[in-house]
Amino acid sequence: MTNQVFSDVVREFKGDPSELIPVLQRVQAADGYLSSDSLTRISRWLRISENEIYGVATFFAQFRFTQPGEHIIKVCLGTACHVKGGEQILEVLKRRLDVQPGRATADGKYQLERVACLGCCALAPVLSIDEKVYGETSVLRVHQMIEERENRENA
Amino acid sequence: MRTLEAQRNRAIQAWNELQNNARPLIYIGAASCGLAAGAAEVIDAIRRYLAERRKEADILKVGCIGPCYLEPLVDIQMPGNPRVSYSNITPDLVKQLFNSFFENGEVFKPHLVGHFGLNGFADAPKFFEHPMLARQVRIVLRNCGIIDPEKIDHYLARDGYKALEKCLSMPWSDVLEMVKASGIRGRGGAGFPTWRKWLVCRETASDMRYLICNADEGDPGAFMNRSLIEGDPHSVLEGMLIAGYTIGACKGIIYIRAEYPLAIERLKSAISQMRELGLLGRQILGSDFDFDIHIKEGAGAFVCGEETALIASIEGRRGMPRTRPPFPAVSGLAGKPTIINNVETLGTLPNIIRNGADWYSSYGTETSKGTKTFSLVGKVRRTGLIEVPLGTTLRNVIDDVGGGSAKGFKAVQTGGPSGGCLGEEFLDSPIDYESLAAAGSIMGSGGLIVLDKNTCIVDTAKYFLNFTQAESCGKCVPCRVGTRHLVDILEKISHGHGEISDIAKLERLAVTIKGGALCGLGQTAPNPVLTALKYFRGEFLAHIIDKRCPAAVCRDLVIYRIIKDKCTGCQRCVKVCPTGAITGPRSEAHNLDLSKCIKCRSCYEICRFDAIAGDAIVIESGV
Ligand SMILES: Cc1cc2nc3c(=O)[nH]c(=O)nc-3n(C[C@H](O)[C@H](O)[C@H](O)COP(=O)(O)O)c2cc1C
Ligand code: FES
Repeated sequence: MTNQVFSDVVREFKGDPSELIPVLQRVQAADGYLSSDSLTRISRWLRISENEIYGVATFFAQFRFTQPGEHIIKVCLGTACHVKGGEQILEVLKRRLDVQPGRATADGKYQLERVACLGCCALAPVLSIDEKVYGETSVLRVHQMIEERENRENA
Repeated sequence: MRTLEAQRNRAIQAWNELQNNARPLIYIGAASCGLAAGAAEVIDAIRRYLAERRKEADILKVGCIGPCYLEPLVDIQMPGNPRVSYSNITPDLVKQLFNSFFENGEVFKPHLVGHFGLNGFADAPKFFEHPMLARQVRIVLRNCGIIDPEKIDHYLARDGYKALEKCLSMPWSDVLEMVKASGIRGRGGAGFPTWRKWLVCRETASDMRYLICNADEGDPGAFMNRSLIEGDPHSVLEGMLIAGYTIGACKGIIYIRAEYPLAIERLKSAISQMRELGLLGRQILGSDFDFDIHIKEGAGAFVCGEETALIASIEGRRGMPRTRPPFPAVSGLAGKPTIINNVETLGTLPNIIRNGADWYSSYGTETSKGTKTFSLVGKVRRTGLIEVPLGTTLRNVIDDVGGGSAKGFKAVQTGGPSGGCLGEEFLDSPIDYESLAAAGSIMGSGGLIVLDKNTCIVDTAKYFLNFTQAESCGKCVPCRVGTRHLVDILEKISHGHGEISDIAKLERLAVTIKGGALCGLGQTAPNPVLTALKYFRGEFLAHIIDKRCPAAVCRDLVIYRIIKDKCTGCQRCVKVCPTGAITGPRSEAHNLDLSKCIKCRSCYEICRFDAIAGDAIVIESGV
């Protein structure tokens, strides 16, 4: 966390221990993850032990502790997406990008994540790349999407 | 006391002008589902079309009107004509669609859904007579897809905040009486009578009370709350004011999952508009009621939908439930009396107050009053968000509203990870709290996931148990260890290593967990397994005895095969196979090396949708 981000956070919040989760969310929004340096600074500021902060942060699925890839691909594995083949989409992405869920690709370009539901279940199977959600995907479309991105980059 | 009379009259006038404008009015479903289907690209294409031809039109971005499978929906209201709805509009279709009005003055037949007029129009059917909508009664969803959710004036023009005005002129006890007489029960899952917990909270002496709106919507596969907030945020916020007034709270918190960025944005803008009109803060509308609302984003934990875990996470701790009593209505957030209500419960309140308890309770059954929203998804033809009176049968919902399953109905899953799978024999049961509980499932928050003959029940049960096992907070042993064991046994069965004694083990374990777990998560987690075993035992036996997955889903029990006679050798599958398992020269039947095949389905799909042969690759049960 840069000094700038930290001073912004200190300004935006009261510094009350009950604000821990919103503070962590704010820092992750700025940095993309929670570095151990960030956690140390938050610990001193909110007067909560680092242990306890780790306890809270690891409890929730949202928080990451490693630098994510540049683009975040979230594959929905909610019930609707599961019955419509979400697992296979994840499988194809794992192979194609050579990465496990929760990790970034070797070149740092993509982060692969599994999520419980993106709220577009009627259009299952669903995945999102960064902010954009794609409905009615298929193994086939995923191949195409990655190819299109690669072509665009190589062009 | 002040009313919003003047503001509302202005809003009504503006709404009427918009409707009777000399320019065409275009409605586009731009909720998350519409956007996922490509609504943003369609809006761009429409803007380009209008600019190129120097035409003027008003574009209204509305919420989800329900039939998500028809998204992107574009509705066009030409001056003097009713609003006409068109489905599955892509950017490429925009030109054709609009040319048909502007140049030929005709409706665009190929994608026509229906019109919103009171009388007939150009041979088009009525939108609300569409098979997906005909059976629905839209009370809580009445504004979704009709108004621009970012404009408080649209809400006001449709009787918005009238219920609040009415409440503020009544003693709280009269409001409570109305809610009691309406018979509404909590829509978040358990179906507890809303008035009863309110009364406990109100009667607990305290200097401070809290109201929390539970928008965590943790059931994966359900999106009713998201849709309501995105499509009509003020109905939920008005409901919060009504609840807050009745229970004597002055602080409201909306606990909403972070996966819903658009809903959060809508709430933020709605709250700031409320502030401008004096609907939040001190002495609301000149009464002595003070109330403010804050948003808290959840951080991704299913158990945080449970009341005490939710409170722990708002307080900045791990979201772990505690034993009850004391119930939150007596001692909740910061130890103060706290009421937690679901989004839909709150969104329904203004309708009850405005139209009366008798009107509301005329819908539904003896013990389950009113309407309920459901997310109708999975293997059903018409997917989307629906609202039907409680007591409607599952058959009416799945067949009439949903159009049935194309590949043969097998079961419907209600209540998400806390519910169960009900088969054909339950299709004529009414959807109400008691009937679903008697069948071993629950109403839950409203997820209805249809499973067809190509869905495996063992796999579905395993899916849910994997979910609850991963989401178990770990505080109590029955849930932490028990769900792990259930998953292990189900894994074993789905891999073809099951033994007949596993069935009794599953059943014993399930009953132990139900009886021993600390919170609702563990107490209901075994329901998917128990109902699956009860109603689909044969499918378990097929996996265990014959080592066969009848639905051809469980990976270790299926094989992929190329039908040589059908394969034209187009090489599409060779290209997509990630492991190089398929080989063969062009124009000759290809070969599949089973030892390399990881059963990822890529070849199957490409053969079905893109290849010349079409169905040369099959997935079969058997090893
Ligand atoms: C594990 C678990 C998850 C839950 N998830 C939700 C949820 O996502 N949304 C919700 O409104 N209620 C959820 N509930 C139910 C709530 O705890 C609570 O009963 C409900 O919000 C009360 O509101 P109501 O009376 O208006 O239904 C959950 C309960 C449990 C045990
Ligand atoms: S289950 Fe995938 S979006 Fe809801």
